[in-house]
Formats: sequence, structure tokens, C-alpha cells
Amino acid sequence: MCLSIPSKVVKIDTELNIATVDTMGVQRTAGLDLMEEGSVKIGDYVLLHIGFIMNKIDEEDAMESLRVYQEILEKLDEEDRRQLVLDDDNCANREVQ
Amino acid sequence: MSSLELKDLYDGFRDPDVIKSFQKLIAREAKILERNVNIMEVCGGHTHTIMKYGLTQLLPENINFIHGPGCPVCIMPKERVDHAYVLAQQSDVILLTLGDMIKVPGSHGSLQDARAKGADVRYIYSPMDALKVAEENPDKKIIFFAIGFETTTPMSAALLDVVIKRGIKNIFFHINHVTVPEVMKELIDSRDEHVNSYDHRIDAFIGPSHVSVISGSKIYEKFPKEYHIPVVVAGFEPVDVMEAIYMMLKQFNEGRSDLEIQYKRLVTPEGNLKAQALIEKYFEKVSLFKWRGMGNVPESGLKLRDEYAAYDAEVLFKEILPYDEIDDHKLCICGDILRGFAKPQECSVFGTACKPSSPLGSCMVSSEGACAAYYKYGNLL
Amino acid sequence: MTKNIVLAQGNGGQENGELISKIFYKHFKNEILAKSEDAAIIDGGRLAFTTDSFTVSPIFFDGGDIGKLSICGTCNDLAMMGAKPTYMTCAVIVEEGFSVDDLEKIVRSMKKELDINGAMIVCGDTKVVPRGSVDKIFINTTGVGVVQKSGISSNCVSEADTIIVSNQIGRHGATIFANREGMEFSSNLQSDCTSLWPLVEKLLSEGIQITAMRDATRGGVAAVLNEWAKQSTVCIEVKEEALPVSDEVRGICEILGFEAYNLANEGTFVLAVKSEDAQRAVEILQEFEEAHHAAIIADVTHQYDGRVVLLSAWGSKRFMDLPTGELLPRIC
Repeated sequence: MCLSIPSKVVKIDTELNIATVDTMGVQRTAGLDLMEEGSVKIGDYVLLHIGFIMNKIDEEDAMESLRVYQEILEKLDEEDRRQLVLDDDNCANREVQ
Repeated sequence: MSSLELKDLYDGFRDPDVIKSFQKLIAREAKILERNVNIMEVCGGHTHTIMKYGLTQLLPENINFIHGPGCPVCIMPKERVDHAYVLAQQSDVILLTLGDMIKVPGSHGSLQDARAKGADVRYIYSPMDALKVAEENPDKKIIFFAIGFETTTPMSAALLDVVIKRGIKNIFFHINHVTVPEVMKELIDSRDEHVNSYDHRIDAFIGPSHVSVISGSKIYEKFPKEYHIPVVVAGFEPVDVMEAIYMMLKQFNEGRSDLEIQYKRLVTPEGNLKAQALIEKYFEKVSLFKWRGMGNVPESGLKLRDEYAAYDAEVLFKEILPYDEIDDHKLCICGDILRGFAKPQECSVFGTACKPSSPLGSCMVSSEGACAAYYKYGNLL
Repeated sequence: MTKNIVLAQGNGGQENGELISKIFYKHFKNEILAKSEDAAIIDGGRLAFTTDSFTVSPIFFDGGDIGKLSICGTCNDLAMMGAKPTYMTCAVIVEEGFSVDDLEKIVRSMKKELDINGAMIVCGDTKVVPRGSVDKIFINTTGVGVVQKSGISSNCVSEADTIIVSNQIGRHGATIFANREGMEFSSNLQSDCTSLWPLVEKLLSEGIQITAMRDATRGGVAAVLNEWAKQSTVCIEVKEEALPVSDEVRGICEILGFEAYNLANEGTFVLAVKSEDAQRAVEILQEFEEAHHAAIIADVTHQYDGRVVLLSAWGSKRFMDLPTGELLPRIC
């Protein structure tokens, strides 16, 4: 629920306690009131919601997930390929030579 | 050294090939499972994802979604909307709220209707926008009609924090924040009275993404523990939801009921402690809060603590705020839909008398309400 | 319908359509009006005639201003009927206190755009009203154009056609939201406000068989496709991946919960051309800076007559409906 989106931190204003974040070329400011002082750094990926930074995105976990998905993709592709070969070998329409 | 790009965080979790892969994996698990299972996605944003990306079209027949009441706009009862309506009509008030809220119909009409009749109602993108409005209108009372689940509550708290620190005298709050675990509990507990078949049992919950970012996944612990109902906290993107369903099916097939986090990149068991502290500082639970279509849900609503009564619009305007109980429209079955007993198409006025442009019930108002989602995306399903 | 006018009735979507048919068409009805095209074809098919009022806020935005828009908007409506914009009117209602410098800036913008279209203002009107009676300045322009290619109509789209969009979508709507007070964004986002006659002229001169054209203003691409599907009684099947959307527009849509196809465009148009000409039409358009990202986006079938279907990259489908209500940012 709630429209919260990933963005990248490009600037931090410690005096006003806000960060400038970039979402695919669109930049806005967001409040740091919900984050511990000093925990957000330039270059961090964060989750934005109604003008505030809610949390930092754990890059390692994100990359791990994406990696796992690629592995699943490859594994399934490999299985499909093997199945295709099997199907082809067993193809009833194949002329016996 | 990170090679993660912002685009990866969007595209990577919307990858068509990955979605199709999970479709295959889910199909395999569902085949082993055989029996029908009902998965409730609590959160309106998940309903929106499921409908928008057509995920139900990708799932095997024995997996059924029950749409939960996780849409804070949808569950806003008429009584509270009427409060907003009355407040907005005061000549010295500017009523501020977030987006969709202005469309929810009360007994006299919606806030949008009030605006068309001359009330100063404005929607804002962030609670902090209230500060500018207050500064530009020093002779007006700026009332922030605060709505939302745990995701949005800390932002209201942050606004109040700033208001107090800066000594701002013309910002007030009407609090309608609600909490998720209590309504999840109510959904399960109340089922025994109403249900006499397996059709409406909830076999698992898809845990809300961003409520969980704030409060941590710890708030769902009792569901696997006491009720043996698995909870998988999922992200918002279609890959997230598909992966979560796969994780759930694995649990069913392995005979487990666990609390799992699919949305690892943002959710931890503890959550955002600073946000939680802010909520704790300014808010406390009310024993009963009425959810539209569901009646009173114990311990599910929040109010400002007594020491902040000076900022509480409900206290300040007590004289003029109505407190009668109001029934929903006779033909509206939002209550049944919010509790997962019915689907939008089963409502006799769905799409005819009740549509997004003229909603009779709350589920049609917000773009995340089940009825609105079905109306917009669902005709092909 | 509501008893009092609500903002949503100006949205170019469902409520707007309802207001037009239940009040205006009901009383004004005639054959020409009933065609509901971008411009009316009059004088036995020789001329195209149209009008539009411009109330955009803010009046100066990235990529243009209300002046440029007031010429583009009306000239484009003529171009969409295959007519060359020729004569125009200009009626201005301006609020007391408005800056004369700003007014001149706006008028200069208008002249620049008139030159691009090869059109001229031949009559006009100016009204000054008390402060608060209008929001700074409202402009109405009416245009007459000579039809170069007749028969272009939204009532004739068929299975023999392929649908093309001339550029990335949603740029004007996204820019307006980004510039509007109360939402502070800063980006490279610019309105796509552009005169389309030069592009249409080239397509016609190269012999592209154009069935229908429409610039996707209020209501965006979704509004155009739905109108065509309804008026021609066909089904338009859009490949979601083929819709060209710039990163910045995507960013605004993500942030506010909008769909790019519901956002207004002021220099991007949708065309239905005979399928055998589709690839060539795209190539011709891509030579123009304003149509760099032209792309084929949809086929025409009879699967669900009167509706537009969106096909996702992973095999699911849903309807692309007319937007309803005010375009409010989603929050929760």
C-alpha cells in the first residue's frame, strides 16, 4: 500500500535535515526526520513516501535477489531446452531413417 | 563495490522473463498442493499490483486471492468523512488531506463536493506541505485530516514534532490513523461466526510492504504462532508478489507456517525504530475504531496523546462534530468485500450505480480499493 | 450527473464526455457536431474549423507558455483533420494587475508559432476583468484551415490499420504537474508543446495512407484510443512495451501513481495508417526532432469491440480505460 518509490540520494542538507533525491531524472527534496542522524549518505538508495525517506534499500539484499532470479531463469531455460530435445527425440512425426 | 543502478530496482523486479519463471515454479508447487488455497493480500497496494499486472491471469486455478481491507481511504467510515466535511465548512478553516481522500462520500457528500460548494479543501502531497499553507494563511486554522496505516503515521508525527518545535499556532490534526495487525486478527477471529465452509478461510497473508518497513515484520508473529497462518511480507513489484506466492506454496507443501520476508531489501524484523519512537511519543491507541464495512475493530485506531490535546481538532471542535452512527448505502457490500467474503462483481451495483466517478461505497473510491481496481483492470479476469 | 459543475468534468475523460453530450450536444445537435472530430469539416468538405480555450496553469512552463499552447493547440486540431492552418482568431481575457511584459512575451510566443504553421491572426478580442475573475489570463483561439486530404476521420479505423504514436508520451501532463505550485520537482522534463502541421504535411506528401489522426491532449493516448475504438467499433490492442515513455515522465508517474498514457500531450499525436505504410510512416516521422521516438504501438482487431486492450510483456492483458475523475496523486 502507499505509493513509496526507490530513489537515489544526491544531496544532503544537514541544517534543514532534508535530502535531495533523484527518481529517474526527477529530483525532489525529502525529509530525513525518520532516519537516524548521519545514517543516510549521498549515493544511497532510499525508499520515499509522501515527502519523507522511510528507509534505506539494502543494496546487497537487492542484488542478491536479482542474482537469484537470474539463476532461476537460467535453470528453467536449461530444463526447457533439455525437455525440447527429449520431445524432439520422441517426436512421433519424425520420420524413421 | 556496488553495481546496482536505480533502474535495476524498478526493471529488475518487473522483468517479464522472471515473472514467467515464477509462473512456472508456482504452477509446479500448485500441482503438488492440489487443494484450493485462499491468500489474502492485506494491503491495497498489493491489490493494485495484482490487478494492474494481471497476476491472477498467470496463476493456477487452485490459488485464489481474497482482497483485504488494507486501503486507509476505503475503510474511512462515513462518520469520519462527515467530520472532515463539517470542519471544512468552517469559514476560518483550510482542510488539508492526502490525494484520494477528497473523493470519499460521506452523508452530505465528499470533500470534493464541499470544495465545489466553496469550502477550502486542498489535497497535499506530503504532511509537511501544511507548513507552507499555515505560513501563507496566518489567520486561518489549518486542519490536517490525517489518514493511513503505520506507513504514514510517522509522517504525521514528524509534522507535529516540527509544529511544536517551531511554535506554530495554526496547525491542527484530525487523526484517523489505523493499524494493520489488529484488523488482520479481527478478520480471522470474526470468521468463525460468519463462516461455515472452507470457501472463506484465509490460508495465508501477504504482508504489507511498507507498513512492514516502518513497524518491522515482528508485528505479524502471532499469525504463524497462534493461528498457524503463514505470513510472507512481499514488496510491491510484480516479481515480489510472484516470489511471495511461490514461497507460500512451498510452505504449504512442506507443512510449515512461518513468518517470512520476501522484501528483504527493505524489511527487517525490527523495522524503523526512530519512526516507531515518533509514533509512540505522540500517539496512543483508541479502544475502538470503526472501519467502513467492518464495524468496530478493537485497538486498531490511534489518537493524539492527551498532553497534545491543544493540537487535536477533535477536541477543539468537539461542539460541532457529529457523532451519530451512520449506515452505509443499503446496496453496498463493501463490508463483505473488505472482509474477503465477496468479490466486487458480486455486488448488485458494481459498475452501474457505483463507479469511480460516482462511488456509493468506499471500495470504489480509492484506486487501491478492490472495486476500483476491478473496475479499472479487472474486466478481463 | 452532478448538480453543480465539478472539476473532473474538465478532465477530457469520462465526466467531460458526459457533460458535453448531456448538456451541449443535447441542445446543439447536428450532423457535423455529432462527428466529434478534432475539427469540424464544413463548406462541403473544403474547410476545417475548430476552437479551443486555454487556461493552463502555470502560464509559463518548461518547454512553452500559454501563448505557444494557444496556437499549437488549435493549429494541431486542424492538422489532425489533414487541413493546413490558415486563418485564426485570438480572444484574450486578462486579469487586472497582469504584467504587460508577460502579456507581450505571450503574444511573441504566439507569433513564433503562427509562423511555423504558416497561419495568421485576422481578428480578435480583448477583455480585462477585475482581479480574481480569471486566473491571470485565459486565451481562446479559433482556426480555419484548408483541407489538403479529406476523409481523415476517427469513424473509419479498421483492421487494415496499424496505430502509431509520434513521440514519447505524457510529457506535457507530467511537466505541468512537475511545475505546479505545491509540488517541487526539478528535472529536465519539458512539455512537448509543438506544432504538428509540418509533420502531417510531410506524411501526406509522401503518400502515407492516413485513416485517422488525433493529438493526444487531455486524457492522453488512452482518451484517443478509446474514442477511436468506440467511434469505429473496433478493438485496439496496445503492446505495453511499445509505448515510448521517457525516463523523466516515468519518474513522475512512479512518484505520483499515474499512467503515462493518461497524461496530456501537446505535440504528440496518434495516427492510424494502413498497415503496409506503417513502417515507412515511422521512418518519416523519426526524421523530425519532435518525433524522434515515433513507434508502432497497436493493432486493430475485433476482440472486444469498442474497447482498448493493453497487452503486457508477460502475457497478461487488461483494459486501457478512459481516465476518470481529477488526476489525483495516489497516496495510499
